Amino acid sequence: MSGLALETRALCKTFGGLTVAANIEFRLEPGARHALIGPNGAGKTTFVNMLTGRLAPSSGRILLGGEDVTGLAPEARVKRGLGRTFQINTLFRDMSVLDNVALGVAERLGIAGRMWRAASAYREVRDEAMELLARLGLADDAGVRVLDLPYGKQRLVEILIALGLKPKVLLLDEPAAGVPSLESERILEVLDSLPGDIAILIIEHDMDVVFRFAKRITVLVQGEVLCEGTPSEIAADRRVHEVYLGERQHG
Amino acid sequence: MTAATAATIGYAGSARLRWIELAPWLLAAAIYFFAPTYLPLGSYVLIMILFALSLDLILGYGGIVTLGHSAYFGFGAYVAGVFAIRVTGDPLLGLAVAAVSAGLLGLATGAVILRTHGLALLMLTLAITSILFEVANKWTTVTGGTDGLHSVPIEPILGMFRFDMFGKVAFLYCVVVVAACWWLVRTIVHSPFGVALAGTRENDVRMHAIGAPVYRRRLAAYTISTSLAGTAGALLTQTTQFAGLSVLGVELSGEVLVMLVLGGVRRIYGAFVGPGVYIVAKDYLAKQSPEYWYLGIGILLILIVMFARGGILGLLDRGLARLKRVRT
Repeated sequence: MSGLALETRALCKTFGGLTVAANIEFRLEPGARHALIGPNGAGKTTFVNMLTGRLAPSSGRILLGGEDVTGLAPEARVKRGLGRTFQINTLFRDMSVLDNVALGVAERLGIAGRMWRAASAYREVRDEAMELLARLGLADDAGVRVLDLPYGKQRLVEILIALGLKPKVLLLDEPAAGVPSLESERILEVLDSLPGDIAILIIEHDMDVVFRFAKRITVLVQGEVLCEGTPSEIAADRRVHEVYLGERQHG
Repeated sequence: MTAATAATIGYAGSARLRWIELAPWLLAAAIYFFAPTYLPLGSYVLIMILFALSLDLILGYGGIVTLGHSAYFGFGAYVAGVFAIRVTGDPLLGLAVAAVSAGLLGLATGAVILRTHGLALLMLTLAITSILFEVANKWTTVTGGTDGLHSVPIEPILGMFRFDMFGKVAFLYCVVVVAACWWLVRTIVHSPFGVALAGTRENDVRMHAIGAPVYRRRLAAYTISTSLAGTAGALLTQTTQFAGLSVLGVELSGEVLVMLVLGGVRRIYGAFVGPGVYIVAKDYLAKQSPEYWYLGIGILLILIVMFARGGILGLLDRGLARLKRVRT
């Protein structure tokens, strides 16, 4: 397969005089394990928001599976295979764990707008959601209100909702954020076990997570791509060290 | 959401009818046979139940906070009145016309106001009901202005059942219509659409992120809800043969909201218990002290909001849960 899962061409975003994304050329291969890193304020969140469609770029194009999606609404991009998780838990707090996952599955199967039969009559939705829960060892929590789950497990639900959409491209926005180190190991295991055919872009601060998970890394600094390469290349790159440790060297 | 409601609604739930859900209708039957003098009051309670039910669909389940729902109730009431006076007094036809008209108004206004959220949305709903109030007030040739529409003609239902002076037929008519609407709302709330609607209330950012057409869903729910509110308004006109400005006030919007909160928001039967308790309490208190009855209602509401979140039904739920724990 030569087609890219996700590609941006000369993507720019300016707020007034402030440039938060400058000519970002980014490519994500099918099945990739790619990390996006950069210091605070580098424009990582802006970049992700442009990819998902929450923010319109000032110029440039976004291609999903070769198709131009620059002008499409967020939900249309989801339908074309773009899934995401959020840095801060964005769950249906008052609903059961099962329903949290089932809602996404129902959307994907196109039955979420139906009115005349009970939701519980759609066995296929429940079964698929249960299967997903079982895969991450959450089957016993299916009936629990998601708000009552420990934080680490809530992070897993966050990932599960996205998996229920069967995405071709998955954006993971700091999947281990706020999780105590003991539980973050569990999340790393889960990340390792994700289906190989999904192209994954992970935005992460924790370098342990990045270097363990990613096969390629892109470094973003002040809205620009500083460099891209394999983890060992990035680890050896002097410019990257300067960016992360720069203040100490210069100041 | 309490365990009881969480267990029945959703993909792991059960939509099977439980016996307790028939209680309102058994109570209606009991009133019909044993307390015939309360039939007109009973009809009014049923109408407000339908109104509260329509509000619960968008406010409780959809999370759309509105203070303008009387716009659609009142619009339905006036449409039913004008239609009966100018076209025909056939009640079922009038009811259908009112329901469709209110639904169309809901679709048109909802398409605009549902693009906003929170306080802006609340203000816009207030504006809609205020505009309609002024139209009804000023357009005297059609609406009768401050006098309202008097002696609205009403023919026998299906040409067979004539509305009698004791309100028996009117009561049964209300029971049938409200029961049909109850079943509709119950079906919707349990359906995938209903669960997704609750999802937009819980988190619309996530709803967008799973590819849901949030705006369209909310608009669909709003249209259904406004159509039901219009149906309730039409029932009021038909059973009282009168439509006046009070059906369009912000006051009525507030009153139905109070009833719903009293019974319990986000539960179908909160919309039954609330109006029932509110109107019966009002009736009783007004007889006891015609001047200060509002004080009693106010105290009741303060107690419920302070000590019984989830309304009267929420209180009952917790009581039952405690009882179960004591037993086991």
